[in-house]
Amino acid sequence: MANVNLKETFLNPIFKGNPISVLVLGICSSLAVTVQLKGAFVMGLSVIIVTGVSSLICSLLRNTIPNRIRIIVQLVVVAMMVILVDQVLKAYAYSVSKTLSVYIGLIITNCIVMGRIEAFALGNKPFASLLDGLGNGLGYAMILVIVAFFRELLGSGTIFGFQVIPQCLYDLGYANNGLMILPPMALVLLGCVIWIQRAIQKDLQEK
Amino acid sequence: MADYISLFVKSIFIDNMIFAYFLGMCSYLAVSKNVKTANGLGVAVIAVLLITLPVNYLLNEYILKPGALAWAGFPDLDLSFLSFIFFIAVIAAIVQIVEMVVEKFLPNLYSQLGIFLPLIAVNCAILGGSLFMQERDFANVGEAATYALGSGIGWWLAIVALAAIREKLAYSHVPAPLKGLGITFITVGLMGIAFMTFMGIQL
Repeated sequence: MANVNLKETFLNPIFKGNPISVLVLGICSSLAVTVQLKGAFVMGLSVIIVTGVSSLICSLLRNTIPNRIRIIVQLVVVAMMVILVDQVLKAYAYSVSKTLSVYIGLIITNCIVMGRIEAFALGNKPFASLLDGLGNGLGYAMILVIVAFFRELLGSGTIFGFQVIPQCLYDLGYANNGLMILPPMALVLLGCVIWIQRAIQKDLQEK
Repeated sequence: MADYISLFVKSIFIDNMIFAYFLGMCSYLAVSKNVKTANGLGVAVIAVLLITLPVNYLLNEYILKPGALAWAGFPDLDLSFLSFIFFIAVIAAIVQIVEMVVEKFLPNLYSQLGIFLPLIAVNCAILGGSLFMQERDFANVGEAATYALGSGIGWWLAIVALAAIREKLAYSHVPAPLKGLGITFITVGLMGIAFMTFMGIQL
């Protein structure tokens, strides 16, 4: 493990080993925040920061943490990071923090964070762990932004709150697809994203 | 009493943990391959929610809320920024205790639930329940416990239903790239749409 390929470590989780679409980790909190791109973007950014920094911290501590209580130590590190992110959001982006409501807090139990610490950070050097954490956060954020892009575009006709579908189309009788705003559509869209990804990367298909 | 029934039904069907908030999705998807194990995990979630939520409610009410420490002589103190760390610690501790108690007194149940109990500590539905409880500001412990029972039963219902569908789904022809995870997501989405028909019901 001495010479982990750093570039691979960073890029692999974004496409081939994407935490959401391949490893099925961290779906819990990801879907409810994808009605609007803005929320998805902030959520993605928060997860990138939390996974990156907590992987780094746990990796620095990896030789001092007794094996038996490692889960508790990891939870404390992650919870501390999440509290910091939450406080920063409350101070500088209060409206976004209100729309994300409990989902920021739920980053603590997001399986990606714990999973990467457990699987990677405890056995690798700090810098590699930081990259691994950031890469996984990015992979997660990417799926979030893709789903949110389509939901906002088709559901409200806007992107980042700006109207992109011209008014003349509405005058011709085009209507926003109200179904896209409802929570279940996030699941269906994510199913489609996985479908497309597996159609391209055949080795990911199940049996 | 009517309030409690309304809250109970509402938290099962309308504010369903899975279909309305996507909480506990990871274990929901991973453990829903057959009805028996799904049932076990569902029951464990109900039990843990039912214990942790009232405890966290009291914690929030008497320690964390702004002004909650008035009984100790600190009326201006606001510790709500500590709530994440407190809640997760309480949940982890209680799951550990429940595991030990079940192992000691109900070895039969333990052998069925054994693997799921530690998993539950990091189940978003449990922490999510506590955070929603904090956000909604319930009036007393009874309401918090009712909410816990309702959302636990909602989660149990959702996982058993999905497991039953997946058992049948194993015999159908699904396009290869959609097999497994993809079709499961779409199934859950459709179930969610079905559950949305309960929306707007007032008791």
